Amino acid sequence: MKVSAMLSVNGVAYPVDIDPGTSLLDAIRDTIGLTGSKEGCDDSECGACMMLLDGKPVNACSYLALQAEGREVTTVEGLATDGELAPLQQAFLTSGGVQCGFCTPGMLVSATALLAAKPEPSEDEVRIALAGNLCRCTGYDGIVKAVLAVARGA
Amino acid sequence: MSVQSFTIASSLAEALAALAVGARPVAGGTDLVVGARQGKAPLPESIVAIDRLEELRGLREASGRLELGALATHAEIASSPAVLEWFTALSDASAIVGSHATRAHGTIGGNVMNASPAMETGGPLICFGAMAVLRSASGERTVPVEELFASPGRTTAGPGELLVRIDLPQQPPGTGSCYLRLEYRRQMEIAVVGATAAVALEDGVVTHARVAITALAPTIRRVPAAEAALVGSDGNAQAAADLAAEAATPISDVRASERYRRSMTAVIARRAIESAVARAGGAS
Repeated sequence: MKVSAMLSVNGVAYPVDIDPGTSLLDAIRDTIGLTGSKEGCDDSECGACMMLLDGKPVNACSYLALQAEGREVTTVEGLATDGELAPLQQAFLTSGGVQCGFCTPGMLVSATALLAAKPEPSEDEVRIALAGNLCRCTGYDGIVKAVLAVARGA
Repeated sequence: MSVQSFTIASSLAEALAALAVGARPVAGGTDLVVGARQGKAPLPESIVAIDRLEELRGLREASGRLELGALATHAEIASSPAVLEWFTALSDASAIVGSHATRAHGTIGGNVMNASPAMETGGPLICFGAMAVLRSASGERTVPVEELFASPGRTTAGPGELLVRIDLPQQPPGTGSCYLRLEYRRQMEIAVVGATAAVALEDGVVTHARVAITALAPTIRRVPAAEAALVGSDGNAQAAADLAAEAATPISDVRASERYRRSMTAVIARRAIESAVARAGGAS
């Protein structure tokens, strides 16, 4: 069976017609076509699917899409403004926080949520805030450096 | 089996009516939907989302107790000044459920009703004598959280009953408490073994003690023998910790062998008791 709903993603309203069991990740990638968020594990362990729901981080692979109706969803595509990279995105590039790029969307979203809630986190706070996001390439240092650089206003 | 019916309840009455005809509730989905994605259990055929019910949100201080709405998130509980001050072990527990994303949406109600033998908040709730308020289309009843856990994944709640609130009674003055778990990963982890302790001291003598063990039995449970060993003592933790280990009935699973769990119980229990005693004495 299909249910009709409106999902607001990065400030844009998208009508969707989906099976109620559809995850937010699948609705946004497959139905809406925003493929920046990735599926790594499909059960909330890795954070590659991280999005913001009313500003709070959510593992979209394990959240029912229909529950997002009436809420504001932010994906990695919503971080840049008018084609200009957000400071956090630029910092990831400068600090060697990107290698294969698969974890990057989720990392950026988690870091965005952290800095919005806590503009000047300690390194430990950054590591804990990103501990729901797994990276297989960088060893995390470049990512943590990037977040701290933005926090310090660099 | 797929989801045949999905509604978002806009009132508690609407939610209870849906539950009365077999719908299953979802709030943050951090157990229900994760479990379905893991292949543990499929999504229910009929789902009612309860996350828009404002009356189930938040924490309230009221007449000698702290009321936790069933939709209070782990993030809210972990950072609540009242919980940090009076029910520190619960803050310890909520602070380490999953990751930031889990804590932003996962609720105390879902945590309790999922009734995992390894869930973090159960030990603190039991040690504090927490009471669960259950509503259904036909009424309301209150039951100690300790009596809610029946077996792994099962509660004593009846069909159609919804947990709406958890009440934490005022603790003896000067109570210090702690929840600790043994973990392999710092976040997004499930306890290998866990221990909770809540103690109060007067003139250096323990006058009140509660000890609970987690991930060491079919349900989270208190250890009366450990509590009795602490009361009247100077708070020395080893004897009580050894009794906690004796009370454990661990299993071997993906996370640890029965032997390892058994070895670690006394260690984690001792640390939890020592921390609770230190916090009761005013040390941080």
